[in-house]
Parts: sequence; structure tokens; C-alpha cells
Amino acid sequence: MDQTRINTPAADSLERQIEAWRAHLRKSQAITVQDAAELEDHLREQIGSLRQDGLSEDEAFLVAVKRLGAIDALTREFAREHSDRLWRQLMLPGDEGPGAGPASAGWSLRMWVALNLALAAAVAIKIPALFGITFHTELGAAFYARNLSFFAFPFIAAYFAWERPLPLRGRLALVALFTAAAVAVNAYPFAFSPKGEPGHTFILTMIHLPIALWIGVGFAYAGGRWRGSDRRMDFIRFTGELFIYYVLIALGGGVLMALSVGIFEAIGIKMEPYLQNWIVPCGAVGAAVVASWLVEAKQSVIENMAPVLTRIFAPLFALLLIAFIVTMATTGRAIDVKREVLILFDLLLVVVFGLLLYSASARDPIAPPGLMDWIQLTLVGTALVVDVLALWAIGSRIFEFGFTPNRVAALGENIVLLVNLGGSAVLYAGFIRGRVAFSRLCDWQKFYLYVLAAWAAVVALLFPVVVGFA
Amino acid sequence: MSINKDLVAASSTALVLAILAEGDSYGYAILKRVRELSGGELEWTDGMLYPVLHRLERSALVEARWAKAESGRQRKYYRITDAGRDQLADERRQWQTVDKTLGKIWS
Repeated sequence: MDQTRINTPAADSLERQIEAWRAHLRKSQAITVQDAAELEDHLREQIGSLRQDGLSEDEAFLVAVKRLGAIDALTREFAREHSDRLWRQLMLPGDEGPGAGPASAGWSLRMWVALNLALAAAVAIKIPALFGITFHTELGAAFYARNLSFFAFPFIAAYFAWERPLPLRGRLALVALFTAAAVAVNAYPFAFSPKGEPGHTFILTMIHLPIALWIGVGFAYAGGRWRGSDRRMDFIRFTGELFIYYVLIALGGGVLMALSVGIFEAIGIKMEPYLQNWIVPCGAVGAAVVASWLVEAKQSVIENMAPVLTRIFAPLFALLLIAFIVTMATTGRAIDVKREVLILFDLLLVVVFGLLLYSASARDPIAPPGLMDWIQLTLVGTALVVDVLALWAIGSRIFEFGFTPNRVAALGENIVLLVNLGGSAVLYAGFIRGRVAFSRLCDWQKFYLYVLAAWAAVVALLFPVVVGFA
Repeated sequence: MSINKDLVAASSTALVLAILAEGDSYGYAILKRVRELSGGELEWTDGMLYPVLHRLERSALVEARWAKAESGRQRKYYRITDAGRDQLADERRQWQTVDKTLGKIWS
């Protein structure tokens, strides 16, 4: 009789109760998987003992939970003892004992693959040196300037192609993309001044090719499933975090190198040539791969930084733009049109675009409109006004200056971003008035990734052909 | 009679170390032993034992390992270290001094 009762729904309900209790416990950051396992073991032993004393399952569970202490008090006590855990930490393999999730099994393998790819990138960037192509010569500098992305991006893409994994067709497409781009930029007969300075189209290609190729990395990141999924938004988040990580690693690397130059100089040895030829290039490409892996590994562990920064800077930029508009209106001053002005306003739009993108990427799409959304709308609106004022001022002069590839590219960039921000402003206004779902805004930004990539590809690869590699 | 909360907390290190000095044990069994020894007078909220154990583990006074219990579940066992025995001897001297001092007044 008793035997059958244990396997009836009553036993299931005990399991369910313990499950719910454990889930509640795990909400606190101070309690790890192992702590929960230890407490659960205690709870079960207590229940078993109470059952032997004749209590029913429900009664035993209630008494055992009561004896263990209220969860709030318990988690508070754990938090006091383990205050370090409130600073979430990146767990490396081996840090977690038994009871850790099965996820840690593939962890060390992923780390090894990432480190080996970083090493491969570091080796690859030095291979041209075997053929006498070094950074010092003009030829070498030009070679590295146009090929730099090929020493980092394919390795990052390879990591994701392996990790996701990317289907064979996707891998072949990526290989084709990188090969075609590499062949094109190296075969193009770019014009150089007699002094060996690169022409406009060369510089434009140098800037835009990485942007276009980065979308190729995104394709690998999404495991080839670009469409329909939220992978593109994830890739945007990934890009922001990667940028921040890379900057931090670069800062650390800078300190490391400054110190090593200093201490070796103290014993009369010059480190600079060695650093410039080996550590800087190898470190730069290797760090890109390592940072990519790190961003994916820590994803849920540490608060994402890019959205935090946008929260701080979006209001500040909005204030700056309002102040600028008010000053222009009250003093009657016009924008002084110089050659760099267009580029300056391009950069302004890029920054506003980034602020908008990263705050959208971190926003809960279901939450109702709030103060932050008003700030975003203000930011976009003022940026549009300022940019239109700038374009107005520049417009007439552009024809006067004539169209150089540089100016066409700068103007095109401005228009591409202007359309994006215009669309965003309309959607944001609709969202705040409750007419448009926030996800529409995300869709618009996701769609725009294609536009940006296409534009970058056109400038990098089509432009030089059209204007004769000037 | 219920023992003052501060006193319970203050005696916890000595008590846990002394119980572990008898042999390796785990949370539930340690609490059971506390109840036995105090005749139920020293009442701990069960869950509060674990932060104490973790503190001792971090100070390397005890060491922990996971092993399979008879029930088939993973269980965390604690063992006193040499540093823990030194600490226990020290605690013992302190408590004995307090006990002796109070005893002299009250006798």
C-alpha cells in the first residue's frame, strides 16, 4: 500500500515543491548551483527523517523548509558571507565543482579553439614578412593597410563557423566572400602620388572594406541563420561589446608595452623595434579573436557595457545638440563650410546612430514608453535638424568644389545615415504615441545592417573602378 | 531557556570545529549533533550553518569535498584541517577562560 503511494502524484508533487523551492533560492546571485545542491541535500534528508516520524509528505516539506529558514534570511546570510559573488565573476573551467552545469564541459574546448585561432592570426600577420613585406616600407604599409581585415576577420568567422556550427554551404560562401574581396583589393591598380602617398580611393577602400566584411563575420556568428531570427540583433550587441573589450585589452597591452620598454631600457636594451614588428601586430590580431570568444563566453555573466554607456551618453548628446541649435538660432551664426565639415557631421550621425542602436538592443521590447524613449527621440530629432542645417550649408558649395570621390562618399554616407535616423524618428514617435510596436524599430535597424554593408561594399569595391582608382 | 543569538553565533566556530574534530561530517549531521549535545537547548536555524561552514572553508580551517551519499545524491563533506585544529585549541582556551572566570564569581 505504502509502496504504491510513493509513486503516485503525491511524490511528484513533492518533487515539484522542491523544484520550486530550489528555483526561488537560485534567484539570489549569492547562492551558487553548489550551495543550492548542498541545501537541497539537507532539505531532503530532513524530509526523510520527518517522514519516518510519521509526517505526511506535505507536512514534512513545510516543516523542513521552515527549519532551514526563510529564503530571504538565508540568501541575506549567504550574501553577507559571499559578498564577492555579488560582483559577478567570469568562471573559468575548474572554478566550479560538482553540481556545475553541463555547459562547462565544452568551455575549455572552446577556449582552446579560440586561443589556437588567435595564434594562427598572429602567425598569419607575420607571413608576408617572409616575402620581404614589412611595415617600414611604403609598399609594405600599403599592403597591410588594405589587407588588415583579412588577418583578423576570417579567424573570428572561423571560430563561429566551428562553434555554431555553420553549415557547409555557408562556410563555402564565406570563403568565397573573403577570397573575392582579397583578390579585388590586391588586384586593383590604386593610384599613388609620386611621393608614395595613397590616393582618395585607396583610403576609402581601406575604411569601408572592413565594414562590409564585418557582415560576413556576422553571417558566421548567426550560424548562417540570418533571416527571421533575432540573430542580427545579437550580432549588433556582440559588436558593441567586442569593441569595448578590444579597447580595454588594447589599453592593457599599452601599459604592458610601455613598462617593458622602460624596464629593458634600464638594462640598456632597446625593445621598440621588437615590439613594433612582433608584439603590436600579432597582439592586435590575436586580441581581436580572443576578445570575440570572451564576449560570447561572458555574455550572461557580466552586465553588457554598450547599453550602459548609451544610457549615460544619449542624454548628454541630446543636450549638446539642443545647446547647439539654440546657440545657432540666438546668435544667427551659420555653419562655416570647410572641407572637413561634412566628415564631422558624418561622425556626429554615426555616434547618434550607435547610441540609438545600442539603447534599442538593450531595451525590453514589451515595456511601455518611458523617459529614456523621450530622450532617444529628442536625440534623433535634434541630430536630424543639425544635419539638415549642415547639409543646407554644404549643399551649394559641393557643386562649387566639384565632386571628388571623397566628397561623394562623405555625402552618400550622410544620406544613408540620415535616412536611417529619419525612419527611426518616425518609428520612435509612433511608438511613444502607442501606435507602433517597439519591435518594428528593431526590425528597421536590423534591415539597415544590409544597407550599411551594401553601401560599404559599393564604396570599397565599386567606387574605385568607377572613378578610375584616383 | 533560549540562548542569546549573539552567543550562538560566537560559539558556532568552536562548536562546528569541535564536531568536525570527532570525524568528517556534513551539514545535516552536524546540526543533529549540535542538537544532541545541547539537549535541544542550542537551537540554530538550519540554513545558517552553511554560511558558517563556507566561512571556515574559506579560511582553510576546514576543507570540503563532494562525494556520493548512501542515498545516491551528491553530498558535501567537511573535514577539519591542521589549521582548523590549531584554531580549535585556541578557541577552547578562550572559552575555558570565560567559563572559569564566570564560574569563580558564581560559585
